[in-house]
Amino acid sequence: MAEKQYDWAKIAKDPRFIELHHKKTAFLFGWWIFSTVYYFLLPIGAAYAPGLFKIKVIGVINFGYVFALSQFFVSWGLALYYAKVANNDFDRLTRELISEIQ
Amino acid sequence: MTFKNIIIATTLALSVSAAAFAEEPKQAVATPGAPAVAIVPVTTPGAPAMTAPGPATTAPAAATAPAPIKKQVTLKANKVITLSMFAVIIGITMAVVVWAAKQTKSAADFYAAGGGITGTQNGWAIAGDYMSAASFLGISGLISLYGYDGFMYSVGWLVAYITVLLIIAEPCRNAGKYTLGDILSFRTDPKPVRALAAVSTVAVSTFYLTAQMVGAGKLMALLVGVPYKTAIVGVGILMVGYVVFGGMTATTWVQIIKAGLLMSGAFLLSFLVLLKCNFNIFAFFESIVNSPDIQDHVSKLVLRDGIVLNGIDAGQRFLEPGLFLKKPLDQISLGMALVLGTAGMPHILMRFFTVPTAQAARKSVIIAMFIIGGFYILTTLLGFGAAINLTPQGIISVDPGGNMATLILAQTMGAEIAPVLGDIFLAFLCSVAFATILAVVSGLVLAASAAIAHDIYVNVIKDGHADQHEQVMAARVTSLVVGAVGIVIGLMAEKANVAHLVALAFAVAASGNLPVVFLSLFWRKFNTAGVISGLLVGTIASIGLVMVSPNMTYPKTVAAGAKKIVAAMEQKQAELPPGATLSEKDAVALAKAKVNAELTGTSMMGLEKPLFTLKNPGIISIPLGFIAAILGALLFPNKRSEEMFDEVYVRQNTGLGMAKAVEH
Repeated sequence: MAEKQYDWAKIAKDPRFIELHHKKTAFLFGWWIFSTVYYFLLPIGAAYAPGLFKIKVIGVINFGYVFALSQFFVSWGLALYYAKVANNDFDRLTRELISEIQ
Repeated sequence: MTFKNIIIATTLALSVSAAAFAEEPKQAVATPGAPAVAIVPVTTPGAPAMTAPGPATTAPAAATAPAPIKKQVTLKANKVITLSMFAVIIGITMAVVVWAAKQTKSAADFYAAGGGITGTQNGWAIAGDYMSAASFLGISGLISLYGYDGFMYSVGWLVAYITVLLIIAEPCRNAGKYTLGDILSFRTDPKPVRALAAVSTVAVSTFYLTAQMVGAGKLMALLVGVPYKTAIVGVGILMVGYVVFGGMTATTWVQIIKAGLLMSGAFLLSFLVLLKCNFNIFAFFESIVNSPDIQDHVSKLVLRDGIVLNGIDAGQRFLEPGLFLKKPLDQISLGMALVLGTAGMPHILMRFFTVPTAQAARKSVIIAMFIIGGFYILTTLLGFGAAINLTPQGIISVDPGGNMATLILAQTMGAEIAPVLGDIFLAFLCSVAFATILAVVSGLVLAASAAIAHDIYVNVIKDGHADQHEQVMAARVTSLVVGAVGIVIGLMAEKANVAHLVALAFAVAASGNLPVVFLSLFWRKFNTAGVISGLLVGTIASIGLVMVSPNMTYPKTVAAGAKKIVAAMEQKQAELPPGATLSEKDAVALAKAKVNAELTGTSMMGLEKPLFTLKNPGIISIPLGFIAAILGALLFPNKRSEEMFDEVYVRQNTGLGMAKAVEH
């Protein structure tokens, strides 16, 4: 193992790492909870609010259909948003941190 | 190398001859003009059978009340065209294997394609790994028979990737190497943890693999008339060939090819469906609601719940929830298993070790999400398109579960342009199904073999002291054994009830694997005891709950159902004009029901009726898995594990020290 030994505990206490950690945790778990709640509204709504799902929105297309379809776009939107934040923000912080250590 | 090539050539020859051999008996069976396909309730793994009131229960009702079928729907694959397309797929994938075998020299090559897969490639491979024949045929079938519920069912399979993207993919890429055991053993006592992680991986893979193999055998029998056993052996030989010689590189490319074929097929067919309504999506939905056949079908469906609906109201009902998924709690339970289980699936986790960086892992999940989501949206068009153009009654007449809807649609749509095009199009989709099966089973065999060879053999038995040559050899031998066992299980399980196995695989992954992976990555106090208790309790709870759930066969329940059919049939017979007899189909159903009505005894677990009323155990077993993992860690604290958390946490966030993880 001719690899560089890092002082992991020291890195973990580095303010830059702590900033990265806070930003990431808030973003990742916050949005994960949002997407999970949004998803479970679908089976729960279909079962307990059928009246809402039957309301016609455009022509014969009802709210239930639009809501199910929206799940796809919300997931994609969130994925793209995460990619943007991670590529710009998290990766930049990580690079700065690594260059400082090495 | 020459030895390798000889074996590859032999494998190829064997599988082609298996296909050729299969041609013989079929020609004797297929009498021209007769309904081309034997009608059996196919249990394509997953979709229809695993949720709520299954298609199997709808079959007798459909038989007792034959709908006025205006359109005769049949499914007949042209064997020459279909088998030629199969041969082309086998040929291309075998060429990939020969190429991949030359590049597979080290353990990293075998398990992780040397980390040389790009984000885009891995995205396609994840999609190819994930979308099984159940997604491809089952969900569009559900939509064609039950409308909205089929679409709603598909959503969870995509949303699951949010967990993978946000929580699992990047940390695993940075902290792991080849297997689940690598992630879990980082700051724990490696031997027991690796051994248990390997057992869990093999269990999940075996459940999933068995469902896929049985589905594959039945599908091939139905599509091209290849006998069940021949199909299993043929698929099995190919799968073993890909994995043993080509390792992860070949498996990846088989999955990429499959995903490409699947998307092309779905796009082409959706295009034809939309062409019929001049690309006016509103007219498309209007025609669902206004179709007299769909209205009639829905009227009969809701009548069973004692509701009278007719005409346009019945048509509209097709776009509303509740025709198929009638147990919300079961749906929520399945949703939990999907949302957390996908991220704990060993064959999906393994895909993240094939890319060089966390950024590439991120990109690959996002690409996979667009492919998978796009596919499910197209599936809606296919399912509703099948309902409009083939009628639900016509689809049921070919297969009560609706699994054949997409395939019949392909044939019909193609034939409307030119008869031969129908055959070509159907053959193309059959080969997509074939490629789908191959891609999914190869990924599973690879994941199971990696767990046995890398975790148990190299790290537990040999203490990590094995050179590259020995590691690759161990991996190859293990894949061969795992594949062979897969074939044997497939052969034995022909008549078994396998529909619940996909749900079980997801439940075990969600209750056993995911909690311990998550806590290993994010909780400082997590340790060996936590991993062991979490894995054990989560896995045993999900398997145990399924064993006492309605998924098992309860002879007395079957008998009660059969008695109702006997009564209905006898009444029908009594109502017939004197001298007339029941149709052949009804007579067969009556004879079968009479036999079943005599059934008595208990389920495999000695129960008369289910103890646990849900088909999906997730809602109970997932919290149990988490609680057990947390309690285990708190009861047996370990200082070293706590001290090492900084290292794990910095590594997974920054990717520092990853070279060690890759090369070891």
